[in-house]
Amino acid sequence: MPILEGRGVTRYFGGLAAVSDVDFQVEQGEVLGLIGPNGAGKTTLFNLISAALSPRSGSITFRGKEITDLKPYQICRMGLARTFQTVKIFGNMSVLDNVLLGAFFGGEGRIASADAAEAAASALEFVGLAEAAAIPARDLTLANQKRLEVARALATRPELLLLDEMMEGLNPTEVNRAMGLVKMIQDKGITVVMIEHVMKAIMSVCGRIMVLHHGAKIAEGTPQEVSTNRTVIEVYFGERADASDS
Amino acid sequence: MKKTTSKRMFTFGLVLLILVLAACAPLYAPVYTVILLTSILMYMTIAVSWALFSGPTGYISLASAAFFGAGIYTSAILGKALPLPLVIVVGALASFCLALLVGALTLRLKGIYFVMFTFGLVELLLHFILWWEVTICGTTGRVVPPAGNATVFYAMLIILVILVLTVFIIRRSRYGLALFSIGENEEAAAHAGVHVTVLKIIIFAVSALFMGAAGAAMATRWTYIDPRIAFNPLISFMPVLMAIFGGIRPLYGPIIGAAIFTYLEEFLITRFPYYYMLIFGIIMVVAILYMPDGLVGLIQRLWKGISGRKHADT
Repeated sequence: MPILEGRGVTRYFGGLAAVSDVDFQVEQGEVLGLIGPNGAGKTTLFNLISAALSPRSGSITFRGKEITDLKPYQICRMGLARTFQTVKIFGNMSVLDNVLLGAFFGGEGRIASADAAEAAASALEFVGLAEAAAIPARDLTLANQKRLEVARALATRPELLLLDEMMEGLNPTEVNRAMGLVKMIQDKGITVVMIEHVMKAIMSVCGRIMVLHHGAKIAEGTPQEVSTNRTVIEVYFGERADASDS
Repeated sequence: MKKTTSKRMFTFGLVLLILVLAACAPLYAPVYTVILLTSILMYMTIAVSWALFSGPTGYISLASAAFFGAGIYTSAILGKALPLPLVIVVGALASFCLALLVGALTLRLKGIYFVMFTFGLVELLLHFILWWEVTICGTTGRVVPPAGNATVFYAMLIILVILVLTVFIIRRSRYGLALFSIGENEEAAAHAGVHVTVLKIIIFAVSALFMGAAGAAMATRWTYIDPRIAFNPLISFMPVLMAIFGGIRPLYGPIIGAAIFTYLEEFLITRFPYYYMLIFGIIMVVAILYMPDGLVGLIQRLWKGISGRKHADT
């Protein structure tokens, strides 16, 4: 049974179909890449899964349970955490407090303060921000702010993590570190779905890739299959001149 | 480590000393001072309870007058039937319930819309009760059974102490952290597992609880009240100004702000009855321009400057 499954997920913005009749399955333990040109509906799909938006039709199940009509806090407590494309950290709070919040509220049931503190500290350690625990989150670099979001999500003890463009705006060294982090998350046994534009990262980290275009799923498969898929190439680079002539 | 504990002991001792001095005020101070102190306690209560919710979350509520007024009216209606402590409890609960209802309706609103709605609530209640009294009761205004100056003073002191303890506990708990996170980024807080709607409504209602209690206690000092006195819009604006003046973030910011503001108001009214509002306005403008973190922030900055220079010398 897939850990996360969507059937016929559809969402309109006015007359525009942002996500249109998309089916998807995410298997336990895999890293699934979600790619597509700008405006393809990738972030909208994340918003639908994490309940920031509600779908117009279709259903989403997580670990066999219907989650379509739940609220964001409920989704998070069930074990499905996310990060954001434009970082949404608590800038005036300390790095540690950012992560503590996730530890306190993101898990199932009430957690003891000592356990939450431990969970927060180990999440910070995991992403490599333990040294920065006391400084205000706004003083971190962009790369570290993105890591902080990951730490906050990890502190909620998720089974599945949605990463929305974690490598956008990072320099090559930072991208390498971020790729390492994704692999470490997978090694912990957490399933990952990641939206990404950095092809190098997608190709080396993801076991499977799903391509969205104009809100519809146009391809799905291993990195090798997707990168040689004719439709995908046309979507990214346009049709070849000789191909349209003949 | 040692330094922080000794500092904490000093703060605790200082607070205790001020409390004891204040508690004994009716024994040695003239009646005028006791009445002035009661006003200060009242504004401190309103400002601190306002800052409990609006400080961390950034939702600027102008509904204080509505919750304060609800307490006043409870006191006016039940004052003859019940003893004062019970009246205060009922007034507090009435405000609490009102805030639960209003919170459930309005806390989905953000920014200026929330501000306008909360202020609208004050006007709505004022005119509803005015209409009720005119058309159904036939008379406007009510007589509140008076309580002695010392009684009101002690009632307000007890309310303030309970409030400060409550705020202290909430701020230090996980819910204090969650309140700040809502102010920082509400969406991220929700996705990190915080049930933002319920938390906002409950804390909003807790802050209203203490405003209602203050209203119920203070009503006994005014003997006669009518809707225009009970739902005075100034009560909505004063706590905001006081908290900004003192500093919103630290717990003692609104307390200091309320103390200075109330005294300043009294001083200016008696010395410059014609120019009082003008001077008050100038002070407020200067405060906002030059003390963005309030008086407490200014003192901290100055202190840092002085102690920093000391380190540079050695």
